[in-house]
Amino acid sequence: MTLLKTLAPYDFPSSDAVENYAGRQLLYINWERHRMFSRPFVLALPPETPFGEIIDAYMSDCFSYHPDWAQIDWSKVEWRNGNRPFSPDRNKSLADNGIGHKDLIRLATPGLDGIAGSGY
Amino acid sequence: MDMKVSKKLGLKERYTMMTRDLAWDTTFQPMDKVFPQVGYEGIKIHDWDKWEDPFRLTMDAYWKYQAEKERKLYAILDAFNQNNGHLSVTDARYINVLKLFLGSTPPLELMAARGFSMVARQMVGAGPRVACMMQSVDEYRHFQTQIHSISNYNRFYNGLDEFAHQQSRMWYLSDGKSFFDDAITAGPFEFMVAIGFAFEYVLTNILFVPFISGAAYNGDMAAMTVGFSAQSDEARHMTLGLECIKFMLEQDPDNLPIVQRWIDKWTWRGTRKLASVGMMMDYMLPKRIMSFKEAWEIYFEQNGTALFTDLARYGVKVPKCFGQTIEEKEHITHQSWIGFYMKPDACPFHTWIPAPDELDWLSEKYPNTFDKYYRPVLEHFDRQEKAGKRFNNKTQPMNCQVCVSTIKFNEPGDPMEMCFRETVYKGEKFHFCSDHCKEIFENEPEKYVQTFISSHAALQGKCEPEGTDVNAHDYRPGARMHAYWRMDKRATGDFNGSEDQKNFAKWRAQATKN
Repeated sequence: MTLLKTLAPYDFPSSDAVENYAGRQLLYINWERHRMFSRPFVLALPPETPFGEIIDAYMSDCFSYHPDWAQIDWSKVEWRNGNRPFSPDRNKSLADNGIGHKDLIRLATPGLDGIAGSGY
Repeated sequence: MDMKVSKKLGLKERYTMMTRDLAWDTTFQPMDKVFPQVGYEGIKIHDWDKWEDPFRLTMDAYWKYQAEKERKLYAILDAFNQNNGHLSVTDARYINVLKLFLGSTPPLELMAARGFSMVARQMVGAGPRVACMMQSVDEYRHFQTQIHSISNYNRFYNGLDEFAHQQSRMWYLSDGKSFFDDAITAGPFEFMVAIGFAFEYVLTNILFVPFISGAAYNGDMAAMTVGFSAQSDEARHMTLGLECIKFMLEQDPDNLPIVQRWIDKWTWRGTRKLASVGMMMDYMLPKRIMSFKEAWEIYFEQNGTALFTDLARYGVKVPKCFGQTIEEKEHITHQSWIGFYMKPDACPFHTWIPAPDELDWLSEKYPNTFDKYYRPVLEHFDRQEKAGKRFNNKTQPMNCQVCVSTIKFNEPGDPMEMCFRETVYKGEKFHFCSDHCKEIFENEPEKYVQTFISSHAALQGKCEPEGTDVNAHDYRPGARMHAYWRMDKRATGDFNGSEDQKNFAKWRAQATKN
């Protein structure tokens, strides 16, 4: 229950409600144990965007600077949406993969722990 | 004929007449209608006269002392500037400390001035009203003198001229802005705990060490003198914050849980704000004073423990975040510097990889963490830069909904994992950097759903420079952030090869050689 106390009615909209993004939704992307990037990054994309595009365009664009990116064995990667493990379908859209506004997609690449195993 | 000469007033009487005797209870309107803010937070005050003025100073004495300090300060600033004092700093990298400081601190002093003048109006008792009014004037003076001391550098170096424009817009300045926005939109008692106690009392030394001692160590007499000129004010501010805590706790036992929650909240919010200050100590001062870790141990762990031992008689406990900050002191400055280093296009100051002897200093100061978690990536960046591939991460960061730090701190207990926390409020997801920020949100979600997050606002098309055609076929929200921030290209990028670096070397050579 809220502990907010005010002298007058207090009701303001969320700054980042999905309606503010003109048909798009926010998506956060994190590559686990590779913290050199900024940081998890945020995108605004239409929910129809195919999941494959997230990997091929956005993740690759950002993460390919890291020497581990080329080493990824894509058959072994693990995905989570927030804290929930899931198996995204590359060919399906964000919406059909169950990815909603402000979800956090986390890519884990077992065996790859960043520069000299430092988590960066 | 005897003249009847009345006795000169003693200091104490004089103080009373100049403060307490000027206060009266309203008659046209009831007091609680004139001062509604002192009641709504739930703090119960039974007797305002029990407020002990910790620092008895009348307005006329105050003007006199402050005027004297101003005269000295501006005489020194003049001499420093006339003498090309900017060339006497240790290294041109130092000037980047001033750039970060100028954007992040004077605007917050101004917010503090506004906050204290607001609280001076809202408080019922004459004691706190007078003290808050004088603190407000102090904060205004700090805001002005800080800008004046740095303005001379603006004639010679890039990146100092748009700090006022950038303050409300720039991604990395959002954390400090949100800190004060949160405090100033709270009630008067919470504001006093936030700024008067948690910031001015518990954490202020951590601010003073890098800026003031840092300036002294690095040959910046201008910034150093500003610090000394502010120091006697700070002593007054600290005693005011502490007195306010004691007053609330002595007035009613029901105040304790409220005050404790505010102490927990604001100590944590202040700690998050100080991550970038610590980074200056460890990475940006060419001549280092002490590590952030050492400063944290002295000023927070030791002094803080003594303070909270003293407050234990009121039932106050050490802030909930105490343990986590002790674990984090080994990590946060490195995580912050890497965070800024990766964004050379998005900061109006330069970043760099520390020289080999500076990396050794960090290894020595952080034996448990630096070589294992941070040195390898810094050396990797260095090799990349030398190979012509200087790291430049162009994506937009994710931020904490409460402290607005970029998400970059590690999971407690696991330095390799990023710490994520989330909650759902009215069907919308919100993300946090820590359990503490999550708890702050959940206590007052109505407030924090409004947080300004620069990267989100940009993606909504709210961060466009003037003249942007949002109907153009190739319009992409947030694509013109540099123009929106009014970023001077010369002020961005790596320090190596920067105009500042070249000019400083050239001017210094002119000053010392034929």
